[in-house]
Amino acid sequence: MSEARQMTVNMGPQHPATHGVLRLLLELDGEVIVKTVPDIGYLHRGIEKLAESMTYPQALTLTDRLDYTSGLSNNLAYCLAVEKLLDLSIPKRARYLRVLLAELQRIAAHLLWIATHALDLGAMTLLFYAFRDREEVLGMLEQVTGARLTPSFIRIGGLAADIPESFLPCVETFVETFPKRIDEYETLLTENIIWKKRTQGISPMSGEDCINYGVTGPVLRASGVYYDVRKAYPYSSYEDFDFEIPMGKNGDVYDRYLVRLQEMRQSNRIVGQAIGKLPAGAVMALDAPQVTPPPKEEVGKDIAALIRHFKIMEEGFRPPCGEVYASIESSKGELGFFLISDGSNKPFRMRIRPPSFINLGALPKMIKGHMVADVIAAIGSIDIVLGEIDR
Amino acid sequence: MAKCSACELLKERFPEALQNIEEFRSETSVTVDKGRLREVMTFLKENEGTRYDLLVDLAGVDTAKGSLRFEVVYLLHSMKYNNRLRIKVDLPEGAAVDTVSDIWKAADWMEREVYDLFGVKFNAHPDMRRILLPEDFSGHPLRKEYPLKGTDFDKPFTVCLEREKGNQADV
Repeated sequence: MSEARQMTVNMGPQHPATHGVLRLLLELDGEVIVKTVPDIGYLHRGIEKLAESMTYPQALTLTDRLDYTSGLSNNLAYCLAVEKLLDLSIPKRARYLRVLLAELQRIAAHLLWIATHALDLGAMTLLFYAFRDREEVLGMLEQVTGARLTPSFIRIGGLAADIPESFLPCVETFVETFPKRIDEYETLLTENIIWKKRTQGISPMSGEDCINYGVTGPVLRASGVYYDVRKAYPYSSYEDFDFEIPMGKNGDVYDRYLVRLQEMRQSNRIVGQAIGKLPAGAVMALDAPQVTPPPKEEVGKDIAALIRHFKIMEEGFRPPCGEVYASIESSKGELGFFLISDGSNKPFRMRIRPPSFINLGALPKMIKGHMVADVIAAIGSIDIVLGEIDR
Repeated sequence: MAKCSACELLKERFPEALQNIEEFRSETSVTVDKGRLREVMTFLKENEGTRYDLLVDLAGVDTAKGSLRFEVVYLLHSMKYNNRLRIKVDLPEGAAVDTVSDIWKAADWMEREVYDLFGVKFNAHPDMRRILLPEDFSGHPLRKEYPLKGTDFDKPFTVCLEREKGNQADV
């Protein structure tokens, strides 16, 4: 193609369909994308640096602000890393509740994804359906954690509190009704000719390419690679649950959509199992008084408990020297925390392995040779969250 | 990771390039000689007995001590054998590491991030620019000596006050 026809178009950072402050420099030949240079960092808050100045329990609050659509998953990944460092074992009830909360959070995150992704591609109706149901999930999470966006509820050693009585009946009703709601979404999109034309064959990635680019999560599985941290390195008792990993074949936008829809069904299954076999007991590790604060009732009555509470909240604790990596399957992909401890009460280094950042790295490859309008479909199908990309 | 079979293979193949093998909480870290990194990495990816085809993570570390101040940490995953291995490289300030972005494309952005936040350069990287911070930013924030608060946080106040004083005098 002749040089004169090439044009550079700036997309973002203020663009409703880039899902945050993502800027793309697109080099176009007519309407076809020749080259893409993503420009990120507009939301960089230096979370990894900030964590080095905070004690381990304090740094937990930073993790909520990574992928702000799934705060509980981020909490979980961070807590798993610290617990691995401490070699701490968590009571079974707390592990099951963590699974329950993480899966509800995954449903909420996927609902947000499908709402905005469909909206980007012109299917506005779905937004109202999905947000109605997301509201229900967030309402349930709020009952437990007291927050909708930044829960900081999963704590090092277990959970901040046990679930309220009203919670389980709500979840039960939700688990029963939700599969029918997913059917509703499917009637709107799965066989919709416009949806298919906008998504099928768009920005395909082969399984090999995905692995080469480090892509994880639904995008990788849509390309037919069986990799899910919940199965590969089970954490928090996922091995006790019976669920399948949905897979795609073509690795295009449509398959990613199908994979995420199936994932919601599977998450719903896991939630159902978790409430079915939820064991009784404590939600905080009781054998580690130097790490976990005493129960709130004790703090009000016992001076020793009060002292312990303040000691942990102010000074934190000192894990042994060493380095660990723990990861979870968040709604976006493999979310990992690499922690280095030098024996002090603050992490010497906290590296976050953000799934969105690494998945976005494959975007230029994905959309090369496609149309400008397909960029929107591709970005939506990766499901990026800039809070996590820029950290 | 019960037994590190990859370590045995590495020991056999590159006896002089391995500097240290550590195990902590059943995670294995292997420190490799900087000059041999690419050889070792290519071997780990291509060899039938290891097949580390996914570069999960690449992180910089500022240990703030000794002549070998920086570390670059690579975390690998093998789809075939379903295990992980951590490879580390030590390097002094100002030194550069060979890029692995042609072995795993995933390393491209992650190496740029390490360069951005630590100032560690990667030889033969196709696009060695800052990624998270603006191009004209000075310094590398994740280095231990970099201040946590902005250095100009306490300065604008005095300027403002003087200007206000001047305005009052005019009135």
